[in-house]
Amino acid sequence: MKLLRNPEREVFYFRTRLLVAALVVLAGFVSLVMRFAWLQLVRHHEFYEQAEQNRIARVPLTANRGLIKDRNGEIIAKNYSAYTLEIAPNQVQNLDATIDELAKVVPIEPRDRRRFHKLLDDYKRLDSVPIRTRLTDVEVARFAAQRFRFPGVELRARLFRQYPLGDTASHVLGYIGRISTGDEDRIDKFNNPRDYEGTEYIGKIGVESSYEEFLHGTTGFEQVEITAGGHPVRTLARSASTPGHNLILSIDIKLQEIVERAFGDRRGALIAIEPDSGDVLAFVSKPTFDPNLFVDGIDPLSWDGLNNSPDKPLLNRALRGTYPIGSTYKPFLALCALELGKRRPDSVTYDPGYFWYAGHEFREGRAPKGGYGNVDLHRSIVVSSDVYYYVLANDLGVDAIHDCMQPLGFGQLTGIDLEGELTGVLPSSEWKERRFHQKWYGGETISIGIGQGYNSFTLLQLAHATATLANGGVVMKPHVVRAIEDPSTGKLQPTVPSEGARIQLNPRNLEFIRDAMVDVDLNGTGRAAFAGATYRAAGKTGTAQVVGIAQNEKYNESKIDERHRDHALFIAFAPAEPGARPRIALALLVENGGWGAMAAAPIARAVFDYYLLGKIPPPPTPAPHDGADEPVAAADAKGRP
Amino acid sequence: MSMNPMSQRLGPWLRSRLPYLDPVLLAVVGVLSLVGLATLYSAASDHPGRFGEQLRNFGLAFVLMIAVAGLSPRTLKRLALPVYAIGVLLLIAVLVAGVSVKGAQRWLDLGVRIQPAEIMKLGVPLMLAWYFDRREGAVRRMDFVVAALLVLAPVALIARQPDLGTAMLVMAAGFFVMFFAGLPWLWLAVMIGGAVASLPVGWMLMHDYQRNRILTLVDPMSDPLGKGFHTLQAMIAIGSGGVFGKGWMQGTQTHLEFIPERTSDFIFAVYSEEFGLIGNLVLVILFMVLVGRALAIALQASSSFTRLLAGAIAMILFTFAFVNMAMVSGILPVVGVPLPFISYGGTALVTLGMACGMLMCVQSNRKLVQM
Repeated sequence: MKLLRNPEREVFYFRTRLLVAALVVLAGFVSLVMRFAWLQLVRHHEFYEQAEQNRIARVPLTANRGLIKDRNGEIIAKNYSAYTLEIAPNQVQNLDATIDELAKVVPIEPRDRRRFHKLLDDYKRLDSVPIRTRLTDVEVARFAAQRFRFPGVELRARLFRQYPLGDTASHVLGYIGRISTGDEDRIDKFNNPRDYEGTEYIGKIGVESSYEEFLHGTTGFEQVEITAGGHPVRTLARSASTPGHNLILSIDIKLQEIVERAFGDRRGALIAIEPDSGDVLAFVSKPTFDPNLFVDGIDPLSWDGLNNSPDKPLLNRALRGTYPIGSTYKPFLALCALELGKRRPDSVTYDPGYFWYAGHEFREGRAPKGGYGNVDLHRSIVVSSDVYYYVLANDLGVDAIHDCMQPLGFGQLTGIDLEGELTGVLPSSEWKERRFHQKWYGGETISIGIGQGYNSFTLLQLAHATATLANGGVVMKPHVVRAIEDPSTGKLQPTVPSEGARIQLNPRNLEFIRDAMVDVDLNGTGRAAFAGATYRAAGKTGTAQVVGIAQNEKYNESKIDERHRDHALFIAFAPAEPGARPRIALALLVENGGWGAMAAAPIARAVFDYYLLGKIPPPPTPAPHDGADEPVAAADAKGRP
Repeated sequence: MSMNPMSQRLGPWLRSRLPYLDPVLLAVVGVLSLVGLATLYSAASDHPGRFGEQLRNFGLAFVLMIAVAGLSPRTLKRLALPVYAIGVLLLIAVLVAGVSVKGAQRWLDLGVRIQPAEIMKLGVPLMLAWYFDRREGAVRRMDFVVAALLVLAPVALIARQPDLGTAMLVMAAGFFVMFFAGLPWLWLAVMIGGAVASLPVGWMLMHDYQRNRILTLVDPMSDPLGKGFHTLQAMIAIGSGGVFGKGWMQGTQTHLEFIPERTSDFIFAVYSEEFGLIGNLVLVILFMVLVGRALAIALQASSSFTRLLAGAIAMILFTFAFVNMAMVSGILPVVGVPLPFISYGGTALVTLGMACGMLMCVQSNRKLVQM
C-alpha cells in the first residue's frame, strides 16, 4: 500500500522529535552544570589542596653532620663533598650493559659492581643507586662529556663521611651507613623523625650511633614550585638547615694510636680512664677495621673478610668481650678483706703451693716448688699468691665478695656512652640459683678468689674499677664523649657528670692497696716492664685461663695451641706516689698473650710513658709473644703473673 | 601597501555572501572562537606556535563556513553520495595503507595527512538525510535497516583503526538522522536495550587501553599516577578553579603541565581552572544557544533533507560539547573528542565550520518550499 504524502503530519512528527532532542540537550547540559557545581563548589577545597600539593614540593635540605674531634681538637671524623655516579634503576633497561658501557668511560672495579648489586638488593626503594663514588676531576669531566649516552645515569655532588685516621679508634667512632629498615624504626622513636626526610645515612655503631641525634643536625626545607615532570620552577619558601653538633671525645687520639701500635697483630683490648673525671683516654679493641669501608655500603667481599676472620675484627672486645680477669681481681679482693675486717695488713697465710678443699687440690699456678711460704696481704699482691686468695675467698664466701664487688662495678653496666655494653657475670649464690636453679657449692668459691670460675667481666668494667680505686672510691661514669660543641656558637656542653656514686672506703686501706700495687711494679710481677720508670705506677698482672688445665698437668705455653693460651692482663694507675692524684688508670688484655707480666705490662708502660712524660715509643718491635717469653719467664721465676 | 590580491578579492566575496549568514549563529560561533583562542593562548603558553596555527585554522574554518553557507541545499544533496563514497574508499585505504601513530592507524598520507574518519562525521548524516529525503513520504521500516547499514559500514572501518571515539560519534551522527526521520519508538527502545545488553560483549572486544579508561572513570584513585592520572589531574584542575577560577594565565595545573593534552582534548580543564564555575556556566550557555539555534533552524527548515541535516548537526554539536566536557570532568570515559571551537586542531575546526555553513545554508533557504 502506498502511503499518501502528508506534509503536515510529517512536520508534526518531526517537531515532536525535535522537542525530545531539545529535552535531551537540556538534560545533558543541566547534568554538566550539576557536575561542575559538585567539583567546583562542594569539593573545591579538597581539589584546591591537591592542586597546591601538586604544585609545591618540599625539598629537604640535609644538614651537615657534626664533626668528631679528639680531646686535643684533632679531627677524626669529617665530611667532604665529592661526586658520585648514580644509576636510577627504574630508568635503565639493562643495568649490566649500562655498567659495562660506563666502565669504558670511568674505571669501575668488580667491588663497585658487587656493592652496587648489594645496595640494589638491600634498598629496593632507592631511586638512585651509586655505582662509583669519589670520582676524580678527570673522571667527572670524562663522564660529563659522554653523559648524553647514559640516560638514567647521573653525576651527583654529595657529602661523604670520612674517617681520616682510617682504622684508628674504629670501635669508638663506629661508622655511618645507609638507613635500613631497622633504622627506620629507630628514627621513629627520635625526637624529630622529620629531620630524617632526605637523610640517607645514619650512625650504625660507636659514637656515630650513640650520639646520632646530636650529630645529625636539623634538616631545612625548601618549598619549590615544580612542574608535573618534577622540574623546579621557582623557590617559594626556604628554611635553612642547622648543622649537627660536633663531638669532642675524651679520647687522646695520639695515645690511642700508640696503644694500637703497641698491640701489633695481637688481639686484645685496653681502656685508659682519667680517674677523677671518668674521661676515657684510650679505648682500644684489636684488631680494628677501616670504618671508611662502610660509609657507601661495604662490598660483600670486604664484608666477608671482616665478618669471617677468626680474629673477629668487628667484635668490640673492650665493650662486649667478657673474660675471667685472673689475678687482676686480687687487689680488689684484698680491699674487700680489709674493709670487711676479714684480714689485717699483717695477717699471714701459709702458702705451701696448694690448697685442699673438700678432697680437691687447688694448685698454685706457677709458684716455686713449695709455694711462697708465709704470705701477708702486701706480699700476696706483690708475688700474686693464689693460695692466699683461695683461703681468703673461702673465708669471705661468694655472697660477701659479690656484695663488695658490686659497687665497684664488676658485673654491672658502667653506663658508658656507647651502645651494646655487656654485663658479664659477678657470681653469687642467688645468681646461680636464678641462672642454673642450683645451690652454690663452697668449692666454687675457691677459684673466684683468683678471678676465675664464674667470674666474667668486660675490660671496661675492670678499667672502671681500677679508676674508682685510683680515685679513692669516687665512681665517675666513664664516657668517650667529653663535650658537645654547638658549631654556630662554639659553645661547649660538657657531658662529664660532676660526681657519680661514692663508695665509703677507709683511706688507709686504699693506701695499703696502692702501695702493694706500686710494689708490684717495683719488685713484683711488673718490675721488668716498669724498670727505670721515673714515676711510680701501681699495677697488677693477671693471667686468665682460657681452657681448663688438668690438675696434674703443668701449663706449658709452647705446647698449647696459640688460641688456647692464657689471656694476659694488666691493670695499673699512675702516678701513685703518696699524696699524688692519679691521672690515668687502665686495664688491658692481650688475648692468648700468655703471662700478664710479659705480654700486657709493657703496653701499660708505653701508655704511661706517653701520657705522663710525653715519650713516643720507638717503632714497634716484632711481637714479643713468639718464643721470646720462655727464657725470660724462667729467669724471672719469682715474678708471677 | 601589499594587501595581497587575495584579501582584496575576499572583501566583495564576503559581502556577496552576507545575506546567507545567520546572525545568531555567527555571533555565538564568534564568541566561542574568541573564548577558544583566549583559552588556547593560556594552555599553549609553552607551545607558542600553536596559537598562530589555530588562528589560521579559524580563518580557514570561517572561509569554509561562509562558502558552504552560500551553497544551495540542492548542491549539498548532490554532494551527499560522492562524499560518502569517497569517504568509505579512503577509510578502506587507511586500513590498507594508513600511517600508524601511537598504535592506531588513522591517517592517510596524500601529500597532506588527512584523517578520513573526520569526513564521515558530516558525510554520514549527509548521506542518510539524502537517503531518507529520496524516500520522502514513503519511509518504510526497511529503510531504517538500509540506513543502519549505511552507518555501520564506515563505523566498523573506523572502529578497526582503532578509533572508538570517532566511530561512536559517526554512529551517533547517523543515529540522529534516523531518529529525526521517524525511527519507531519501539525500535529505539530495543536499540537502547540491546546496547545495554551488549555492554559485556563490548567489554570483551575492547582493547586494554579502552578498558582502562572505563576502569579509571569508575575509580580514578585506583591508580592515581598511571591510568587515572589524566582524569584525576583534570578533575583537580576543574575543582581547584572554584567559583571564580584562578584567572587567565594563572592556572597552576595548566602552567605546571599537570593537565595532559591541555591544548586539545583536555582544554576544558584549562578553561575551567582559570575561569571557574562562572566561566563554565557562560560556556554551557553559549553551547546551549548554539545547539538551540541549530534546532530552531531545523524546526524552520523547508524540506525533509534540510530538516534532517540541520537536526542531526544540532545534535552532533551537542554531542561533541557534552561528551568532551563530561569526559574531562570525569563522568564519561576518556575518548578522543575535541571541545568544539575551543580545542586546538585544524581538522575539527574545518568540520565545525562546514557544519555551521550547512546550518546557515538551511536557514537561508528555509522559505523555498520546493526544490
